Amino acid sequence: MNFYGLVDGSDSSLRNYLKQLPGVDQVGAEARAAMLATRSIKTTSKAWAIDTAISMVDLTTLEGADTPGKVQALCSKAFRPDPTDLTVPRVGAVCVYNDMVGIARQHLDSIGAHELPVAAVSTAFPSGRASMAVKLQDTEDAIVAGAAEIDMVIDRGAFLSGRLIEVFEEIVAIREVCGDRAHLKVILETGELVTLDNVRKASYLAMLAGADFIKTSTGKVAPAATAPVVLVMLEAVRDFYDLTKVRIGVKPAGGIRTTKDAIKQLVLVNETAGPEWLNPSLFRIGASALLNDLLMQRMKMSDGYYASPNYVTID
Amino acid sequence: MSGRLEVMKTYKLYINGAFPRTESGRSYEITSNKGEFLANACLASRKDLRDAVVAARTAQPGWAKATAYNRGQIMYRIAEMLEGRSDQFAQEISLQTGASAKESLQEVSDSVDLLVWYAGWSDKLPSLAGSTNPVSGPYYNFTVPEALGVVGAIAPTNKPLLGFVAAVAPILVSGNTAVVLASSSAPLSAISFAEVVATSDLPNGVLNILSGQQSELAPWFASHMDIDGLDISGLPVDQHGAVKEAGVENLKRISSFQATAEPGRILAFMEAKTIWHPIGN
Amino acid sequence: MNFEYAAAPESRSVVKIDPVYGHFINGKWVNGSSHFNSINPATEEVLSQIALGTAADVDAAVKAARNAFDKSWSKLSGRERGKYLYRIARIMQERAREFAVLETLDNGKPIRESRDVDVPLSAAHFFYHAGWADKLEYAGVDTTTAPHGVVGQIIPWNFPLLMLAWKVAPALATGNTVVLKPAETTSLTALLFAQVCQQAGLPDGVVNIVTGDGSTGSAIVNHPGIDKIAFTGSTEVGKLIARALAPTNKSLTLELGGKGANIVFGDAAIDETVEGIVNGIFFNQGHVCCAGSRLILQESIADEVLEKLKRRMDKIRVGDPLDKNTDLGAINSAEQLAKIRELTAAGEAEGAGRWSANCELPTNGFWFAPTIFTGVTQAHRIAREEIFGPVLSVLTFRTPAEAIEKANNTPFGLSAGIWSEKGSNILWATQQLRAGVIWANTFNKFDPASPFGGYKESGWGREGGRHGLSAYLKGSAK
Repeated sequence: MNFYGLVDGSDSSLRNYLKQLPGVDQVGAEARAAMLATRSIKTTSKAWAIDTAISMVDLTTLEGADTPGKVQALCSKAFRPDPTDLTVPRVGAVCVYNDMVGIARQHLDSIGAHELPVAAVSTAFPSGRASMAVKLQDTEDAIVAGAAEIDMVIDRGAFLSGRLIEVFEEIVAIREVCGDRAHLKVILETGELVTLDNVRKASYLAMLAGADFIKTSTGKVAPAATAPVVLVMLEAVRDFYDLTKVRIGVKPAGGIRTTKDAIKQLVLVNETAGPEWLNPSLFRIGASALLNDLLMQRMKMSDGYYASPNYVTID
Repeated sequence: MSGRLEVMKTYKLYINGAFPRTESGRSYEITSNKGEFLANACLASRKDLRDAVVAARTAQPGWAKATAYNRGQIMYRIAEMLEGRSDQFAQEISLQTGASAKESLQEVSDSVDLLVWYAGWSDKLPSLAGSTNPVSGPYYNFTVPEALGVVGAIAPTNKPLLGFVAAVAPILVSGNTAVVLASSSAPLSAISFAEVVATSDLPNGVLNILSGQQSELAPWFASHMDIDGLDISGLPVDQHGAVKEAGVENLKRISSFQATAEPGRILAFMEAKTIWHPIGN
Repeated sequence: MNFEYAAAPESRSVVKIDPVYGHFINGKWVNGSSHFNSINPATEEVLSQIALGTAADVDAAVKAARNAFDKSWSKLSGRERGKYLYRIARIMQERAREFAVLETLDNGKPIRESRDVDVPLSAAHFFYHAGWADKLEYAGVDTTTAPHGVVGQIIPWNFPLLMLAWKVAPALATGNTVVLKPAETTSLTALLFAQVCQQAGLPDGVVNIVTGDGSTGSAIVNHPGIDKIAFTGSTEVGKLIARALAPTNKSLTLELGGKGANIVFGDAAIDETVEGIVNGIFFNQGHVCCAGSRLILQESIADEVLEKLKRRMDKIRVGDPLDKNTDLGAINSAEQLAKIRELTAAGEAEGAGRWSANCELPTNGFWFAPTIFTGVTQAHRIAREEIFGPVLSVLTFRTPAEAIEKANNTPFGLSAGIWSEKGSNILWATQQLRAGVIWANTFNKFDPASPFGGYKESGWGREGGRHGLSAYLKGSAK
């Protein structure tokens, strides 16, 4: 593996590379994110943003209590978010636990949603605390069952205690399992990394190791996808493109519940990484409740009055 | 008989932004200075004090982290709300102490003005108690005043509203949170003050107000290991010694004051942190 | 796919502008004898007719201020004075939207800035100073805490309401009464402020507002009934005023021009630094005395920073100031636009490399695209003279000492910026820099508690904080 020619796979090479990255000033990053949150997106641009956001949603259910019935309902909703309005686009993907992948894929195919990918969380999600063998098998099982996307977690314990090469090698190994059968999202769990400097370092580490997407959170830990964190990750993919001519995707997940939240994310993308990232192949939003709020806002834009939850389906 | 029957107020405690009765279920009579029945006030227990301290401790980091501007704004709003209820508070003072309507209204005005005075200190404390210090060496050295933490107060009986405000305002303005025991015999002004606070955007737990017997609760204030400071201006002087001794266990900062408007009342419940940083490249 | 933001205009309906205004003297509106147009610099539309204050108008205002000082204002306790200021602060907060829209219409600055910066800071200044009114004995100025009496205040057009707050709040808090002249091109928020004074019940004559031009300002400066002058504006005019006052006993504070150096070290947090550079020179269209108008880049990171800066500048949204998404508004006047054009032409003529952001400028109104000049040296006019527009001059340095030398090599001394992740380096640089306001890893931050003012030809005295009070207390200095 070549790692874009930027590191050689050794511990020292990785350390040196990450060390020379410029720091992030927290106050400055928060101020920039706050300023971008004041953008006022109305009328035609809002309508476009809503539909774009819908197409970027990774509609997610990750509960211990998940059942085939629940997953199937989610899949139907993902393909036809509003049964009364077929102009609503389908979502970006469905995101489920490893052992639900087969059920999801089967159901999606049965309703004609062949293009809608199933993403599986993997590598002992959400904690990542398991042996490497388990994590590799976890990934393989998901792909065999039909997952076209793998959302893996990094070992935060290893990262925070400075064993960066271990974090790196795990990602490389999972990347190998995925091969060209599935794209790989690497979850940094930024809430546990805490500082923006760590978010920057972890972003680069993941990209160098072969991530197709860097993802903020498992959604099980707060804070999740805050604006300054997403800002720093978007800066990372932007600068990585300058270095390598490769575009890596970004997926914020967790805490994005309203249309306003989603639009703020799109503004961040637009003014940080750039419009090239404003499509589902480079930007996804991990969410569940968000979809209904997007639908209600969409209704308001076409009907002209405030919508009610009674008019959108609960899966 | 003419006139309608008045709906009498129930005087409860104010803990964590809510109005619970004392967990002990006890109450005691509050009478006017002529002995007429006014109300049954809660006779707070040490467990109420315990709960109030937990609420105050939980609220303290957030209150201290609020900007000085924000704290000043909220305290100014407390003044606004009190001003709006001048008649209510004046009547209550007259009933408790026998003071004339004019004197009582004056006490309310003085209390409003005192709140405004203290509110204006929030963003000026470092001017008073902070500094950069010219140490001998290539170091930038500066002193920053900080809030102490959870501060208790025993409010005085003389001037039941003004004395209470004089205890509370200097504690809160710097970022401390407070647990205050109202005057035992004239607690109604302090308890009603909770209504003013509850409409002022003061976060839950920043101010907690108990009514009860000083003799029962003062020792518990004094010995509580999670109370950092104590204003005993309302306690009889002959009891100060015992309280100060009990407070030694966690080195409580204990003070008693004469004047109402004094920056010293604020500084008594603050810490000073001095920081060194080398200068060079 | 391009994310085009649709127009998001703030509504004008919250504001009522009269077709003609008089002066606010002794608590009442007084007709002017002649008027001039005040226009919206983004559209050149006439907003209103403003009265041209004559010597007689100034005289009436000074008499009203003197009368108010003698009869009412000096008789009030500090506590009562403070309560008037609290009322003013509250009413400004209540009418915040009105003030923001009016400021944007009159000045040309983006609504986002007037809404999020100018108006909240203005109210905060009154709130802060209200709290000093009854605490002057703790201000550490002197023990007598006596005010001057009547103060004349002349303010500029770049932050009309905020500059009014910076002047009026401390003056009133310390017990002075005021005759204030807003700038010729931006009188409207001052006139709205007069309404706030009325709503607050401020005693007649405590605040008087006389509109006009340079001649009106001159009448104020030279009026014998005024005890103290406070001026914010160009160094050129500041010197004229200082000369006029030299033979008198009048106290004078000045807040003048600047050519702020924004120094970027190699170890800076690059992305936030780029934001800080942009904020430093393009905030308020660069019409800022403390603007970071000279970027002094460590050579080792110069190319990287400049590339990121240009990409960032291409995202600056220039256009209708009332649109909530606008980042850069209109240049305040035709006169100022001409000055900017003259100096940028000089920059090109003297051999600096010019680069402007790629943006479409409206056809009506006064506009200038965000611009940088690279390869600038200290000898260039654009490195020495204040442009007061969205134009950045870029210089480089090799060693920290060189950076400080270049930063200090100017007759100005108002502000400086330092970008570095090393604390000791920052503190070392702050020690060396001859500037009254230094921002480390940030820029253009203001607070009523933070003293502001310049060294050298950037002025005399400070505004804000405990230090700012001394300008308005008599003390013993002459």
